[in-house]
Amino acid sequence: MISLTVNDRPVTVAAEPDTPLLWVLREHLGLTGTKYGCGVAACGACTVHLDGAAVRACALPASEAAGRAVTTIEGLPGGAQNPLVRAWVAVEAPQCGYCQTGQIMQAATLLARTPQPSRAEILAHMDGNLCRCASYNQIVEAIQQAARGA
Amino acid sequence: MSRTSTLGRRGVLAGATGLALAFAFRGPESAEAAGPAALDAPSLNAPALNAYVRIGPDGTITIQAPVPEMGQGSDTSLPLILAEELDADWSRVRIATAPVRPAFDSPIFRSQFVVASLSVRGYWMPLRIAGAQARRVLLEAVAARWGVPVAELTTEPSVVVHAASGRRISYGEVAAFATVPATLPEITPAALKPVSAFRLIGRDVPRHDVPAKALGQTVFAIDVRLPGMLHATVARSPGLGARPVSHNGAELLRRPGITHVIPLDQGVAIVGERIEAVLAARRALRVQWSPGEGPAHESDAALASYLTDARDTSRSGVTAGRAGEAAQAIAAAARVHTAEFATDYVYHAQMEPLACVASITAEGVEIWDGTQWPSQVRDEAARIAGVPAERVKVNMLTMGGGFGRRAAIDTSIETVHIAKAVGRPVKVMATREDDIANAHARPMTAHRIDVGLDAEGRITGWRHRLAADLVVPILYGRGRLDAQRGVHHIVTCHANVAQYDVPATLTEHVYREHGVRTAPWRGIGAGPNAFAVEAVIDDLARQARTDPLAYRMALLRDARAKAVLQAVGEMADWGRRREGTSLGIGFARLGLPQLGESLSATVAEVALDRAHGRIRVLRLWCAADIGLAVQPRNAMRQIEGSLLWGVSSALTERLTFRDGAVQQSNFTDYEVLRASDTPEVHVRLIRSGEMPLPAGELGLGTVAPAISNAVLAATGRRLNIMPFTPERVRAALAA
Repeated sequence: MISLTVNDRPVTVAAEPDTPLLWVLREHLGLTGTKYGCGVAACGACTVHLDGAAVRACALPASEAAGRAVTTIEGLPGGAQNPLVRAWVAVEAPQCGYCQTGQIMQAATLLARTPQPSRAEILAHMDGNLCRCASYNQIVEAIQQAARGA
Repeated sequence: MSRTSTLGRRGVLAGATGLALAFAFRGPESAEAAGPAALDAPSLNAPALNAYVRIGPDGTITIQAPVPEMGQGSDTSLPLILAEELDADWSRVRIATAPVRPAFDSPIFRSQFVVASLSVRGYWMPLRIAGAQARRVLLEAVAARWGVPVAELTTEPSVVVHAASGRRISYGEVAAFATVPATLPEITPAALKPVSAFRLIGRDVPRHDVPAKALGQTVFAIDVRLPGMLHATVARSPGLGARPVSHNGAELLRRPGITHVIPLDQGVAIVGERIEAVLAARRALRVQWSPGEGPAHESDAALASYLTDARDTSRSGVTAGRAGEAAQAIAAAARVHTAEFATDYVYHAQMEPLACVASITAEGVEIWDGTQWPSQVRDEAARIAGVPAERVKVNMLTMGGGFGRRAAIDTSIETVHIAKAVGRPVKVMATREDDIANAHARPMTAHRIDVGLDAEGRITGWRHRLAADLVVPILYGRGRLDAQRGVHHIVTCHANVAQYDVPATLTEHVYREHGVRTAPWRGIGAGPNAFAVEAVIDDLARQARTDPLAYRMALLRDARAKAVLQAVGEMADWGRRREGTSLGIGFARLGLPQLGESLSATVAEVALDRAHGRIRVLRLWCAADIGLAVQPRNAMRQIEGSLLWGVSSALTERLTFRDGAVQQSNFTDYEVLRASDTPEVHVRLIRSGEMPLPAGELGLGTVAPAISNAVLAATGRRLNIMPFTPERVRAALAA
């Protein structure tokens, strides 16, 4: 049994300690907005926040999240009114959309520390999050739009 | 359900539930298909295509999107076409996903099948007519009730108007009393809205699918969870035809949570109660495979042998295209320019690994799938389960990327087999490692191009010999290739130079089959073929001491092609010299000649690190003529994505085989474009005509030649093997 806080809610799941956090979220808790892409922290599709920091849930044993606060896309503050989500929708960043929740979770940690990032800062921060549709330029635009508070 | 019974179906649902119309008509575009033996477009003289629209008494208009969404935006653009002719208030339109039934077949493919960037093109006229028919039914109902001639009625968005009396009635109010006539009104193309009157088409409306995607609420196949569902994953044999001979399944079954180990035709499935147990067992699975169809494939050695085949004119290939007598023209030429090119296998790397969910009950089969070919999934599932196709329900889910990989339905088929074996609902999910080991690659290619020139340097003949693996037999079966008299349209597309004023051309394809699994890959043959062709054009321009853009402008046949070239030259400020970077250009077509081709020209600005052999693409400008853009912003995004696929496949993507098996295992060693390597992209659409033409793969073929041509401009050296890895770049510079 592992106890952790997910989206401000304390939960206890019957998972082995070495189960990747990704499967605890998706299968034990039904939070399928966090995606499986590679299983080796190489694509960013599973990005969530652990105590506010962006982590790859596919490569993080659930035991390491025990007693800590996990935030997934479902728990992103403001939901549809979150500035990043609003910018993502306004810019229409997603194409297939599969990687986009991970992109948004990754982007959120950039804006938390760099409120007005440059294109180069954004590209560097987002470099671990693959988008096969190659929506990278739209992701830059959406992050800058969210930063402007538009 | 047979097609004939569909043809005769009429739906009437009036009153509280509103008005539902099931439309039936024959494909109106048959005249357009009168072209060469249609390959993927056997005929537009199609069986019935029905579009289905419901108007509720509250004014809600529900339109079925006939094909699944994979990022291409047709979930919005197809219903929009119907809404335009219906004169619907778009804010009152609700988009639903159609069931998989012949009524929703594309008239091009006679199937619900999303490939070749042809969804908008294929459904364009059927959806317009369906919308116009629905509008006409509403008008006739109002005319009868008000006792006025139907010709005096007009519409505004979701409102019928009688100007003479000043009366107005909303579509919802009409739906509450209207009935569908026994014979639906005939709508001829001439009775459709003039393009100049469009309110929705050609203007950007928000994409229907985007908000749910940004919130993580979109359900992909991998996200489906059913009560009592088991989880499974499949280890695929390394090559076509290789079967499991033995495995350690008995040992794995002793693990907690593992319920079944099932040998499949070309794989072994591990099934269990929990995904984490299944994945752990997968890592411990050991399988001995029988030899496959091909010899133990070694791609490095194969590339050399493909080049030998392409070079050896004594080895005859299948003639894929011919105009005039190219061989004689080359033999008689004053001078012959010869060049060779090659491309490696590439992998789709769609972000959602292959996944499918199936449940078989006494009622039939239900499938939740992200597939580009839902009709084929339905038919194969019916065959496997031994039930009629009407008892298979395929839920078309959004795909986490398709790009051609999900045109192959291997995982869907295996899922039905597994569900049948275990007697419970089951979700099959590939690990990334298995997804790449089971890659259905774009074929490796080798090209030899010989160009005959006369004493004045004019091109007299062009021969393109292509050696490549096949896709058609794997996707469609052997019979299809025979029916096409051996012409492999997927690999050979755009290998000719029809856009240029060349009097005699010949395209020959020398087959190579190594038991490698292949599939259509975004842009199909245009990727490798446009690379080879457009590089040769630059070689010829250089020999003629002519600017490459000016050389193309003089050689292009038609005004549309010249317009995109002119536009991209302006966009890129082509004539301006850059400090430390160079420009290159490429041109590419997309589509089937008999259905209309879209055109694109791209300029790449490239920086070359000579010491390390590293290429960086800084900017891309692309001018694209896709006819009439239904959703311009989305079309530009699709073209941008296609261009960036061009960058990715030109610079890093490389799938290799050793001893018959894929060597790469994940995104760590199969490198796709990342954020930090993404150039700025500028796309401009050039409007021509009144027909939407393919967009989703347009531009891909322009990029590799533009990069190679930019390096040529800077160094005088040709990069002729794709991808342009640092080793290959250094070798070319040192040559």
